[in-house]
Amino acid sequence: MLPVLKAADFASDQDVRWCPGCGDYSILAQMKKILPDLGVPREKTVFISGIGCSSRFPYYMNTYGMHSIHGRAPTFATGLKSTRPDLMVWVITGDGDALSIGGNHFIHLLRRNVDLNIVLFNNRIYGLTKGQYSPTSTEGQVTKSTPMGSIDHPLNPLSIALAAEGTFVARSIDAHVKHLGETLKRAANHKGTSLVEVYQNCNVFNDGAMAYAQEKKQRADNVVELEHGKPLIFGSKSDKGIRLVGSRLEIVNLADVAVDDLLIHDEKEPNPAIQMMLARMRYPEMPEPIGVLRSVEGVATYNDQINEQVELAKQKKGVGDLQKLFSTGDTWQVA
Amino acid sequence: MTVPPTPSNVVPPDLTTSKSVKTVTGITVRLAGDSGDGMQLLGTQLTNTSALAGNDVATFPDFPAEIRAPRGTRAGVSGFQVQFASEEIFTPGDTLDALVVMNPAAMVTNLADLRKGGILIANVDGFNEKEFKLAKVESNPLEASVIEETYRIFKVSMTKLTRDAVAEFGLGTKVADRCKNFFAMGLVYWLFGRSLDTTLRFIDAKFGKKPDVAAANVAALRAGWAYGETTEAFGESFQVEAATLVPGTYRNMMGNQALAWGLITASKLSGKDLFYGTYPITPASDILHELSKYKNFGVRTFQAEDEIAAVCATIGAAFGGTMAVTASSGPGIALKAEGMGLGMILELPMIVINVQRGGPSTGLPTKTEQSDLLQCMYGRNGEAPLPILAPRSPGDCFDIAVEAWRIATECMCPVMILSDGYIANGSEPWRIPDVASMPKITVNHPEGTDTDEPYMPYARDEYLARPWAIPGTPGLMHRVGGLEKQDGTGNVSYDPANHQHMTDTRAAKVDRIAERIPDQDIFGDPTGDVLVVSWGGTYGSCHTAVKQCREAGRKVSHAHLRYINPMPKNVGELLRSFKTVIVPELNKGQLRLLLRAKFLVDCIGVNKIQGKPFSVSELVAAIESHVADSSSATADPHSSANGKPKAESIAG
Ligand SMILES: Cc1ncc(C[n+]2csc(CCOP(=O)(O)OP(=O)(O)O)c2C)c(N)n1
Ligand code: SF4
Repeated sequence: MLPVLKAADFASDQDVRWCPGCGDYSILAQMKKILPDLGVPREKTVFISGIGCSSRFPYYMNTYGMHSIHGRAPTFATGLKSTRPDLMVWVITGDGDALSIGGNHFIHLLRRNVDLNIVLFNNRIYGLTKGQYSPTSTEGQVTKSTPMGSIDHPLNPLSIALAAEGTFVARSIDAHVKHLGETLKRAANHKGTSLVEVYQNCNVFNDGAMAYAQEKKQRADNVVELEHGKPLIFGSKSDKGIRLVGSRLEIVNLADVAVDDLLIHDEKEPNPAIQMMLARMRYPEMPEPIGVLRSVEGVATYNDQINEQVELAKQKKGVGDLQKLFSTGDTWQVA
Repeated sequence: MTVPPTPSNVVPPDLTTSKSVKTVTGITVRLAGDSGDGMQLLGTQLTNTSALAGNDVATFPDFPAEIRAPRGTRAGVSGFQVQFASEEIFTPGDTLDALVVMNPAAMVTNLADLRKGGILIANVDGFNEKEFKLAKVESNPLEASVIEETYRIFKVSMTKLTRDAVAEFGLGTKVADRCKNFFAMGLVYWLFGRSLDTTLRFIDAKFGKKPDVAAANVAALRAGWAYGETTEAFGESFQVEAATLVPGTYRNMMGNQALAWGLITASKLSGKDLFYGTYPITPASDILHELSKYKNFGVRTFQAEDEIAAVCATIGAAFGGTMAVTASSGPGIALKAEGMGLGMILELPMIVINVQRGGPSTGLPTKTEQSDLLQCMYGRNGEAPLPILAPRSPGDCFDIAVEAWRIATECMCPVMILSDGYIANGSEPWRIPDVASMPKITVNHPEGTDTDEPYMPYARDEYLARPWAIPGTPGLMHRVGGLEKQDGTGNVSYDPANHQHMTDTRAAKVDRIAERIPDQDIFGDPTGDVLVVSWGGTYGSCHTAVKQCREAGRKVSHAHLRYINPMPKNVGELLRSFKTVIVPELNKGQLRLLLRAKFLVDCIGVNKIQGKPFSVSELVAAIESHVADSSSATADPHSSANGKPKAESIAG
């Protein structure tokens, strides 16, 4: 029988060195908390990160781990999972890491549907390099490198993931610990690539950038928690809802509109059109969705297929025999 | 409609000529035409046929970078050169004994290489006003009187003869005309006494599903042969006897194929599955094409989104305990640089192959060059030395691949293989090894424990290698990464003394490989006037040039490096044992720079950057000029380096 592990068993002997108050701590804590529930032994668990504050994560886990190079964690993870499908692989990345330098790999990991889990720490800033704007920074955001305000239009990781045909796409919030833990657990149990975007407060360079979603008081009005099969209701008094009108989502007052008329969330719908509409809901015009936008099962994974082809080839041609291979085709004898 | 005969019922009996046959020791022939004319196919067939006849063969395919270069133009000329001989040869030959040209552009771009008195066979149907314009020639180059005087010229109406030969199969003109390379092949086979068997088998395999096309190609091939036999124009044909090679079973082998087979062999010898992560690039892509056929050998190929993804996925696979390989050419190696540095500091075994091509940047993608040596030595940030091996010929790629994996696993570090386009696409007879007698490559992964003691991932053995503990092993959980590691524990460390220690250790680990590789061998005497030092794909030309100089009584020797980093222990001593050291390279002098820096021995470069290999004659001339120098008694042996080295001017 497997020994019952506790969160503490997943902590490495290394001191955690994030800034006090950083949202990363909460994500680390939730990860350590959910891992024992998954029943995967520590030695079968691998964390692979890129570069950034968040990417120090693997050092703090008593599992196998690799702190790799900026933006490329998805590629190392793909190589590992393709050859070692028996391992549970996590990719830890930041908004700069995943979407700037690693944008390409992020897309390709999702479309290949490698069976692993991405946790994208989104603090809408570059933390490690001390405060430049990132691809998720808002328009007009003043940072060290944008004294007159950012003129880049921000990327939305969820939209990108859906566009890349991601089979599991979710969002959570560092401060919403219970939600975060549940979402990570669901991601881990998904077969295929799962993406969890986590709103993470960088209290040093971008403090409060997502306070509207992080702070308990504001959250109810600015965030809508998605649940499969349930209508989209939000607001501190649960008095508001989201309705689909034509090809547009709109906020309605439950005083005026019946619950039956609200949009019912369907995370299993293979056509991502409505999920994409949800992904595009942005504060302050709309409440932002958290929870699982999409969870589609049954799509073949890259790792399964690459290994199945090897098995199929062995069945069809027999296990490779070098001496035979060398001697096929035109050969000649020199005496 | 009559059913066209299938290839198997039109196979002629083996043909023997009734004309006189002259026996020669070797022949160099180049086939040149428009890139749509099938010259590469023709060349490959001639090579295989010659190899099967027991000749030693060496080839040099040369084709444009464009897939469909403008037809009929000089830029669109595709050529294939092959030398076949009854003695051991090391190059595809310098000057041509015979040149086959399908159009004016092919003629004007290749004629300079045909020796005086050599055979020129031209498809006169390809010589008309339209073609002259495309080739940018004023008048018919075949008609120039100097041509008649200098060469033995044969004007053959190949297109028309082919059309006649295939008329009965009712093919369209376009399809019929496409058979003319088989006509040319038949003629060449007659001229050099080659058997049609190999090519008939090839046609059967390749066109078997289209019986009319297959039958037409067979008819064209036979017609070409019959043309040589019956026409008055050809008075004699030639014959090259089988070469005396080391006994064994042989097959023809191309460089990239040999690399792929070597990798698969190494994976079997080490009991590992093979992961190959790559992104297509000329001239490395054929390794991917080849490996992807052998999934039943446990080969997993990953065509990544770019070279960075390719090298990183390779590192991921290596971390998991798989034999991991990535390959590219110079531009892709540039992209892999950061990943290779990571592989080096992670101290994981893997192979990185660079099949060099002309540079810089996109350079000459289909032409050969050796100018990535310094890129591979130094092209990474920080102190990141890697072992580098360079195959010397197509067949040698096999051994180098196996050796690279042996070193990678013994030292726990990435190993680079530096091949080039000339080796990759060239071919030679390859003696099939006895797999059972090849030494195994022992790979150990530490066993798991049930204690909760922190594991020491950077503990080292006598080679300074760390253990290859792989995920899935209980009790050995550890983290690797690009941040400097404390030796032993593997914890992140910014300690200055530790960084010095780790930097020194990684360098020492690579240097110590010199203890386990053979001493540098030498062709010729261990002392003398001139030592030619070469590496990589120039082996054949250098070896042949030195051989010729020695036969002419010169005190010249040849050292060809297969181990570039580290170099064998005795290289410095060898350099100092000669009056003059000449280093021919297809770059501006990169090995020369390394030799000078490492051994403080002056070296003279022979440097050619034309996208073409060295010819033997230009190297002989370079060597000769220095034999003269160094035997003029009192002169400083290295004096010629003060001025512009004479040798350099040869290559321009
Ligand atoms: C090739 C390369 N370019 C640039 C950097 C510098 N760099 C390190 S982390 C980083 C941005 C990190 O931002 P993000 O991914 O948002 O992570 P955070 O630190 O905010 O967690 C940059 C630009 C690097 N390490 N490597
Ligand atoms: S800089 Fe920001 S993201 Fe980085 S550790 Fe500090 S608070 Fe966290």
